Amino acid sequence: MDVILFAIFAFLSVACAVIMIAQKHPVSSALSLIGVMGSLAILYLLLGATFIAAAQLIVYAGAIMVLFLIVIMLLNAGEEPKPSHQSLIARLLGAPLIVVFLGALGFIIYISIPTEETKVTFAAAKAGSAEDVGMALFTRYLLPFEITSVLVLIAILGAVVLARKEME
Amino acid sequence: MNFFLLSLLKLGLVAFVFLTALAYLQWIERKVIAHVQVRVGPNRVGPHGLLQPLVDTVKLLTKEDLVPSHVNKFYYLGAPIIAVSMALIGIAVIPFGPKIEVFGIETYMQLTDLNIGVLVILAASGIGVYGVALAGWSSNNKYALLGGLRASAQMISYELPLALAVAAPLLIYNTLSLRQAVEAQQGYWLGFIPNWGIFYKGASAFPIGIFLFIAFVLFLICAFAETNRIPFDLPEAENELVAGFHVEYSSMKFAAFFMAEYANMVNICALGTHLFLGGWLPPFPAPYSDFVPPAIFALGGVMCLYHGLNYIRARDKYTLPVFGVIFLGIAALHLAPPLKPILIPLFWFLSKTGFLLFAYIWVRATLPRFRYDQLMHFAWGWMFPVSVGNLFVIGALVAAFL
Repeated sequence: MDVILFAIFAFLSVACAVIMIAQKHPVSSALSLIGVMGSLAILYLLLGATFIAAAQLIVYAGAIMVLFLIVIMLLNAGEEPKPSHQSLIARLLGAPLIVVFLGALGFIIYISIPTEETKVTFAAAKAGSAEDVGMALFTRYLLPFEITSVLVLIAILGAVVLARKEME
Repeated sequence: MNFFLLSLLKLGLVAFVFLTALAYLQWIERKVIAHVQVRVGPNRVGPHGLLQPLVDTVKLLTKEDLVPSHVNKFYYLGAPIIAVSMALIGIAVIPFGPKIEVFGIETYMQLTDLNIGVLVILAASGIGVYGVALAGWSSNNKYALLGGLRASAQMISYELPLALAVAAPLLIYNTLSLRQAVEAQQGYWLGFIPNWGIFYKGASAFPIGIFLFIAFVLFLICAFAETNRIPFDLPEAENELVAGFHVEYSSMKFAAFFMAEYANMVNICALGTHLFLGGWLPPFPAPYSDFVPPAIFALGGVMCLYHGLNYIRARDKYTLPVFGVIFLGIAALHLAPPLKPILIPLFWFLSKTGFLLFAYIWVRATLPRFRYDQLMHFAWGWMFPVSVGNLFVIGALVAAFL
């Protein structure tokens, strides 16, 4: 059961990611990204990380992507036109780069093939519940957590400043 | 008993009751608003218009299912599905009562108890926004687009104070599961004041419930905005936007949005009941409160019988005695020993949720609509600071007293 669900949603997340890049229309791309996030949330759920799954849905799918979608709809962005000519450098470097990329990908997959010690089992995550996440955030990772919040504050201030300038 | 069989049984029961309740909620809404405005309301189909939901459903099912030629078909058809499925998911984690025993099988009066129950409801309502936003956009109609944009902006803005208001009681109960949240509210202080969220005292020296009451008021306001109800129904403001995001929808697709709105209302009211009003717990100690539900139903039955005997309109001669007997029968069921532990918690849960739903309808009948800038200013200028401040105070109190 778990394996079947894992297969379905792993396939779905990869398929949505591919569709997101291949789609011409920005709304379809945004929705495919939401599909990726939803599938990832279910994969977290399968691993037993319930809180992270819910947070993934609430924060990414429920808040951030809605804002993306609103902006796309407000601008009423249509389908992207196909680029008329591709640059020579891109065409020349494309083939070797994809070989390098595939090689790196294969290497990563190869080194992360699970051995007996690192085998992942379903519903066995020990760090995904609300208690664990809270504990980790407020004890071990307190400093990075605080620094991140300052970073977010700076981003908000930056947005306010930019919006101000626009109005004048 | 087999887990799957039991779940399937509960699923069927809950789905049937919930969908029927949604249809009848609309009848209740029309009736209540009519009486507030000194009208009669639906009264043609069946006694007191009681069969109105049935004929409404038949009407919606048999209407022409029109797909306008200028819409983006895929998203146009998908939007109502997203809206209604996300709205119906919430009921799965809502408990209706404590652990019960039927025919020797012990089970919870709940479809599933997740340890992230509250978050599931918030996530489902967050994803439900896409239904509205996509409906507005894919209709390819400027009124629908404006309605969809308004709805999504409003729901995101009010989701923030809603989440902060919900976080306040969770901080005290120390759980995210709705059943455990209700169990944390058990008991009475001074012998008669219930330990519900809004009166919460628990083991602390200070009644934290005062601040939870503020959180409850914030929660209610956000709940109205989150479900796009008056006074926050800007997305479907008829005099500005025709009908808002569902202007291009007809037949069952329109009914799906309608059903989603009512299902969201029920979910959020049940969430408020569980977090702030003690869920299925009675308002005073059980030996005394167990007689209240049958007494209320018996009183209703006796009143119906009395008015049936002294009828004013000819048809009351038949309808009111029937209702009287039904009410008396329900009262007797509450006293029957095997059903008592099921029905009495259910009664308290339903009466509290029903009261909140009534408040929704009451507000709709009395309050005018906000202007859009007022709505946004209210969310970010008032609701957000107050809920953050309230959460800080409750956090400090929890640290000091619990």
